Amino acid sequence: MIHSLFLINHSGDIFLEKHWKSVISRSVCDYFFEVKEKAVDPENVPPVLQTPHHYLISIYRGKLFFLSVVQTEVPPLFVIEFLHRVADTFQDYFGECSEGVIKDNLVTVYELLEEMLDNGFPLATESNVLKEMIRPPNILRSVVNTLTGGSNVGDTLPTGQLSNVPWRRAGVKYTNNEAYFDVVEEIDAILDKSGTTVFAEIQGVVEACVRLTGMPDLTLSFMNPRLLDDMSFHPCVRFKRWESERVLSFIPPDGNFTLMTYHVSSQNLVAIPVYVKQNINFFETGSCGRLDITIGPKQNMGKTVEGLMVTIHMPKVVLSANLTATQGNYTYDLTTKVLVWDIGKLNPQKLPNLRGSLSMQAGAPKPEENPSLNIDLKIQQLAISGLKVSRLDMYGEKYKPFKGVKYLTKAGKFQVRT
Amino acid sequence: KGMLIPTRPRLFSVCRNEDLKEMLESSKESLKLEAMKRIVGLIAKGKNASELFPAVVKNVASKNIELKKLVYVYLVRYAEEQQDLALLSISTFQRALKDPNQFIRASALRVLSSIRVPIIVPIMMLAIKEAAADLSPYVRKTSAHAIQKLFSLDADQKEQLIEVIEKLLKDKSTLVAGSVVMAFEEVCPDRIDLIHKNYRKLCNLLVDVEEWGQVVIISMLTRYARTQFTSPWKEGAMFDENNEKAFYESDSEEKKGHTEEKPYIMDPDHRLLLRNTKPLLQSRNTAVVMSVAQLYWHLAPKHEVSIVTKSLVRLLRSHREVQYIVLQNIATMSIQRKGMFEPFMKSFYVRSTDATHIKTLKLEILTNLANEANISTILREFQTYVKSQDKAFAAATIQAIGRCATNISEVTDTCLNGLVLLLSNRDETVVAESVVVIKKLLQTQPTQHSEIIKHMAKLFDNITVPMARASILWLIGEYCERVPKIAPDVLRKMAKSFTAEEDIVKLQTVNLAAKLYLTNSKQTKLLTQYILNLGKYDQNYDIRDRTRFIRQLIVPSEKSGALNKYARRILLAPKPAPVLESSFKDRDRFQLGTLSHSLNSKATGYQELSDWPAVAPDQSVRNVEIIEAVKEWTPTVGKTKQPKSDDKFYSDDEDEKEEEGSDSSGSEDSSSSSSEGLFMYFTMQMFSSCLAAKYHFPRQPCLYQPSMVAVQVILSNSSDHSLEEIHIGDRSPASLSIHCFNTIERLEPEASVTVSMGIDFSDSTQAANFQLCTKEDQFSVSIQPAVGELLMPSSMTEQDFCKEQGKLQGMNETSATITMETANASSQAISKQVLSVANVGVVSSSQNNFSRFAGRTVSSGALVLVSLELKESSTALLTINTEKTVMASMLLRDIKQALTQA
Repeated sequence: MIHSLFLINHSGDIFLEKHWKSVISRSVCDYFFEVKEKAVDPENVPPVLQTPHHYLISIYRGKLFFLSVVQTEVPPLFVIEFLHRVADTFQDYFGECSEGVIKDNLVTVYELLEEMLDNGFPLATESNVLKEMIRPPNILRSVVNTLTGGSNVGDTLPTGQLSNVPWRRAGVKYTNNEAYFDVVEEIDAILDKSGTTVFAEIQGVVEACVRLTGMPDLTLSFMNPRLLDDMSFHPCVRFKRWESERVLSFIPPDGNFTLMTYHVSSQNLVAIPVYVKQNINFFETGSCGRLDITIGPKQNMGKTVEGLMVTIHMPKVVLSANLTATQGNYTYDLTTKVLVWDIGKLNPQKLPNLRGSLSMQAGAPKPEENPSLNIDLKIQQLAISGLKVSRLDMYGEKYKPFKGVKYLTKAGKFQVRT
Repeated sequence: KGMLIPTRPRLFSVCRNEDLKEMLESSKESLKLEAMKRIVGLIAKGKNASELFPAVVKNVASKNIELKKLVYVYLVRYAEEQQDLALLSISTFQRALKDPNQFIRASALRVLSSIRVPIIVPIMMLAIKEAAADLSPYVRKTSAHAIQKLFSLDADQKEQLIEVIEKLLKDKSTLVAGSVVMAFEEVCPDRIDLIHKNYRKLCNLLVDVEEWGQVVIISMLTRYARTQFTSPWKEGAMFDENNEKAFYESDSEEKKGHTEEKPYIMDPDHRLLLRNTKPLLQSRNTAVVMSVAQLYWHLAPKHEVSIVTKSLVRLLRSHREVQYIVLQNIATMSIQRKGMFEPFMKSFYVRSTDATHIKTLKLEILTNLANEANISTILREFQTYVKSQDKAFAAATIQAIGRCATNISEVTDTCLNGLVLLLSNRDETVVAESVVVIKKLLQTQPTQHSEIIKHMAKLFDNITVPMARASILWLIGEYCERVPKIAPDVLRKMAKSFTAEEDIVKLQTVNLAAKLYLTNSKQTKLLTQYILNLGKYDQNYDIRDRTRFIRQLIVPSEKSGALNKYARRILLAPKPAPVLESSFKDRDRFQLGTLSHSLNSKATGYQELSDWPAVAPDQSVRNVEIIEAVKEWTPTVGKTKQPKSDDKFYSDDEDEKEEEGSDSSGSEDSSSSSSEGLFMYFTMQMFSSCLAAKYHFPRQPCLYQPSMVAVQVILSNSSDHSLEEIHIGDRSPASLSIHCFNTIERLEPEASVTVSMGIDFSDSTQAANFQLCTKEDQFSVSIQPAVGELLMPSSMTEQDFCKEQGKLQGMNETSATITMETANASSQAISKQVLSVANVGVVSSSQNNFSRFAGRTVSSGALVLVSLELKESSTALLTINTEKTVMASMLLRDIKQALTQA
């Protein structure tokens, strides 16, 4: 399936290569570089490319290209999903997925890649299993290792791989047993010029942090599971049980994991927590424009809107911005042409406003289209869909764990057209 | 070789590697490890470290696991280049293949099979065969991977490898299933016959297979199903709506509606596949979701396909690359099945932050979804896109508007007007694209649109993009009779600028001139000749050729011949309008979700989906005979939330029960007939599915206590983890005296062990109940003996027999006249039958028509005498004399049954 993997940085250097079958010359990447050159923006590089003898399937993450080479028919999503899983694993092990950390942990990375695929077919991709075989780096241990010649490779052999709950390590022990769940909802929306909703939906995710001793069997139930329209589950969730009783029943992985993602039924009207009054004008003459944005609270269920931020990708002709903000700060990046207005907490008594003038390249025609506004925001202790967890029960173990649920609403892809 | 490290001078790099060599040869483990880490670093960077091979390979047998693993990494990378040296390491792996630890065996096989050295092919073959029969499913999984490696190293091994694949396909472990199907796909994807017997098992295991294996299995099963089942699409949508009912209920209702047609009934195996894959739509793995979606697309009745929609739309929230592939597939689907995605139209609205290829795909889908009802919404959305700063996308939007205009006649005019407005756009690409699209639209209905042509002619001076200029010229030429005043004027302008134009514009100018010459020669004769003269001396030979051709065609001369008469019909022939259609049309000739579909060209190794067979091949090939009697032992009640079975944790419970139910009914006879030999009564029982136990009565005197019946139990671990501390727990009735076996410390997966125990049944057929416990779990077990097993043979002479029989008359005698099966009429046959049901001894008899058997009950030692007197025409008198009257009547029943049956 997957023949080789090349990691390529932003400037086009191949800084890691790994082959699971015979070695393929790195010159195969030249085809990719050609396309990348044409695409200008790295995000515009198509994920699947054909060369005379190979197929190149790539993902772009953390300013890195993960480029895999395949020689025969394979579902492209299979490769893409796997590459993202590799990137996730790096993230999990090293805290971030960047050129720097990969170079710093080259041997660990190589060992991981070796375990994750055999002959190009995924072997161990569960983080719990991998961590049993290859320990994540930590400073203390690396000091000890250099002194004693100890190793990163676990000397116990991974039993998880054989178990029928491969996502959970055996013999987990904690002094404090705790299970925390975060219900995080994102509002994806497109609002048009007049503020009418063109499109809006809610996507949610239940993130879990479970540190429980032994083999606990958990059930999580909701007050209003009918809200959930479509969902995907971590493999630990018993699907049959959900089908029949609408409860999540599972033996959890140890540590942090995503229990489920869901989509809220589209029949429900989506509450849009803020309104935006905006006026952006570019004048035909004088090479300048005006900008005036006000944001106010709308349907926020009585909670405070925080972390409010507006990002605008200005047309290329906009040279600078001379604005005043009644609240927060704004920055305008001259090279990327991105205007960011960081507002913070929304105060309903005193609505934040940003206004002023934009200066444009002299002689350039005025832009056809006004740039759209991307809104970021957060509302603590609220799931905007109204979803509520009713209870969490544990079976199979005798102790009483600490339990907790937090709710958070965020803006996802929230765009206001102007 | 140092040259391959380009940035360093040769000398230095050699020194550096010398350094590493020294470290590797040192006696300190930590130095060796450090050296290996640096070497692996070199490999990772793509630098050559092959000259270190001899130094590295020495460490292959190191005790340090990390060091060993790094050596493996090195070995696999360079073995191909250093074949002779690589052979030195082979014996280490051969030894490791026999290690008691399954992980060491597996890792040895992994490395051994990754060493691409042809000389070791026979060793690999042997290792694979052995590993395929290993007790550990993990090792078997590794052997499935090794099959593919060996195959790519030496394709001549195919036949032998297929045998191994065939064997591994029968494996019941979820760990193995995905890998072996992968090997199947790579080595012998055409051997569909190997799948038949494993089809149902694969369907049932699917939920529990790891996610990557699921993708491979689903894809293979899609191909399989298309060769084995008949089309569920044949009779049209109306009929499809009903077939689920027809399948589950009776077909009487069905027949009323469709008396003429032969009703379509879905093969239950076809349904099984659809039913068992459906839950996987909820997988977190996008590849799994996509593979189920494609399975439904290619296999499900039309009305069921739409259940995949939501899940596909959900994937659009995932990474950009995932979106790209999913959108491509939705684009193909949405051409044939608008309805599937129309309710989710808004999910395909474009965001300014999307990558260009994502935007274009969304546009494609929106265009596919457009219909009379939603077109105004879509066009409003398109208006926003046309203004996009991403000009390539704006151009694509204009194309899309063109397609909507041709497909939906209600909006053709609106679209045309909108496009005409775009002609005054400031951006060249937008204008050019609009002209091109308008040209295509006008061609479909030229009569009403002379105004637009005039408008375009007016704009002509301001348009600089060659393609757009060429398109306008062509339009004016083609419809010159509709714009008789403007056309010659445009030609005049072109004559002026001809030399400065691009080639495509020049060609169209020549075309325009020729068409005007034919329709309006009075005004344009001179202009045409002027342009033809310019073209004659053009630098481009295509233009010179065209000019010469046109001149011969339109200007009559001696040489021009017959063609001249037809010039008008040639140049002004009505031309078919171009069809504006999706580039995703007919893409579903490729299986969805494949690389070939994504590239729209056949990728190496692509397996075609066959058409549905007109007549279904034999369905019985998928039947699996059941040899064992399988009966479920109910798990203990106390533990409420304990999952029923660990192995099939999440599988479809219903199915299991269904199957097991039907199995046990059919298998009772087989178990009794298979009770071969005279001395054994055989029963099997099974726990859920993690610990299986079979028991039988060996008919040996019990070693522990004479009053006990000996029972042998074969315990086997059918789960994929080892079971610990298997022992006997509580028993009921509490007085039950059992001699237990010693606790079994550990039972590896797939391993089994035979233990013997003794049970005092107190001469009663009441079941002995006890708990069989493992470390984590317990199961209640119930052993119910047949009455014949509660006896032991007693040897006596004929005289003694008669004497004892005399003492046991009256109450102690039970008898019946039976009609025997003719085959049982001989005295040997009688003995055989009687001994098969009761553990008694044969008493040698002087009379031919008498058969006698004697035994004692195990617990109390009471005599049991069985005698059989043959009468004429195969009737016989069966008499049993014993104090144990209850046992007598039961034994009588059993013996009677044995003798009256064949």
